[in-house]
Amino acid sequence: MTTLAASRPTTESHRARGLVPYFLLGTWFGVVLTKSQVVSWFRIQEMFRFQSFYMYGVLASAVVVAGISIRLIQRYHVKTLDGTDIVIPPKALGRGIRYWLGGTIFGLGWALTGACPGPLFALVGSGVTAMIVTVAAALAGTWLYGYYRPRLPH
Amino acid sequence: MVAFLSRPWPWWVAGPLIGLFVPALLVLGNRQFGFSSNLRHLCAALAPGEVAFFKYDWKQSGVWNLAFLAGTVVGGFIGGRLLGDPAVPLSARAHAALVTLGIHDFSSIVPRELFSWSALATLRGSVLTITGGLFVGFGTAYAGGCTSGHGIAGLANLERASALAVLGFFAGGLIATHLLLPVLLR
Repeated sequence: MTTLAASRPTTESHRARGLVPYFLLGTWFGVVLTKSQVVSWFRIQEMFRFQSFYMYGVLASAVVVAGISIRLIQRYHVKTLDGTDIVIPPKALGRGIRYWLGGTIFGLGWALTGACPGPLFALVGSGVTAMIVTVAAALAGTWLYGYYRPRLPH
Repeated sequence: MVAFLSRPWPWWVAGPLIGLFVPALLVLGNRQFGFSSNLRHLCAALAPGEVAFFKYDWKQSGVWNLAFLAGTVVGGFIGGRLLGDPAVPLSARAHAALVTLGIHDFSSIVPRELFSWSALATLRGSVLTITGGLFVGFGTAYAGGCTSGHGIAGLANLERASALAVLGFFAGGLIATHLLLPVLLR
C-alpha cells in the first residue's frame, strides 16, 4: 500500500501513510473481536437470554477502561501524537427520539444477525462470506435512513 | 503464548482491550471510536444520490475510519482463521435453549444452518440475513451510533443520549430474541 502511494505526488503518499496506523488499529480490532468471540450469534443470543455473564463482562469492562482513559486524558491534558488538543464533542440529546427509537431498531437487527457493524466486517474476514449480504443490506438500511431522514422524528 | 492465542479469550481480557480503542483513537488523531459511521461513509462514497445526508466530504472526515474498517476485515481473517478456534464455549442453559429453538450445529462461530450461502435460500435464513442487516443499517444511522460509538465510547463519556440508545439496543434485542426468533425459527 505504501509502496504504491510512494510513486504518487508527495501529498497523496503523505495522506496514505497517515492511514496506516488506523489500518493497523483496525486489524487489532478485528483480531480482538474474533478471538473474544463477541462476533458470535451464539454469544449475542446468550446475552439477550441472560444466560451468561460473558458479554456483560466484556461490555462493562470496556466501558470502565474507556471511561478511566477519558478522565486521565482530560485531567492531564493529554494531546494527540501531533500535538493538537483532544476534544470530545458532546452528543446533542434534543428530544431523544432518534436514540431510543433508532437504538431499538438496531437492537432488533443485532439479535437477528448476531452482529453489530464492526463484527459484521470481522465475520466476512473470518470466512463467513454470506455476511457480505448482511453488509449490503445494512448499507441499504443506512441509505434508506438518509433518504427518509427529513420525514423522521428526531 | 501460542496456546493462549489459539484459545478464545476470556471477557476480562477482551473487554479492557476493546475499551482501549477509545483512548488509542483519541491520542492517534482526536478520532471518535464509532464503527457504524463507516456505513454512512460507504453510502456517501458509493451511492450518495440526491440525499443531503450523504453530501459531505467523506474523504476528509471518514477515510481514517474506512482504513480502520479494512483493517477489521483483515483482523477477522487473522483472528478467525489463522488463530481460529471456532466452537463457542456457550453456557449449558444457552445451549439447551437454542436446541429447543431448533439449532443443531454448534461447531462454528455462527450457526451455519442460519448464516451461509445455502441458508440464504431458505426463508428463515434470508429473513435473518437481509432484514436483520436492514435493521442494523437503518437503526445505527438513525441512532447515530452502534455498540462502539454509543455502547462503549458514549457510555464511557457519560452521555445521556448514549444511555438512551443502549436502552433501545436492549429493548430491540429482547423483542427480537424472545418474540421474533421463536416464530422465525419454528
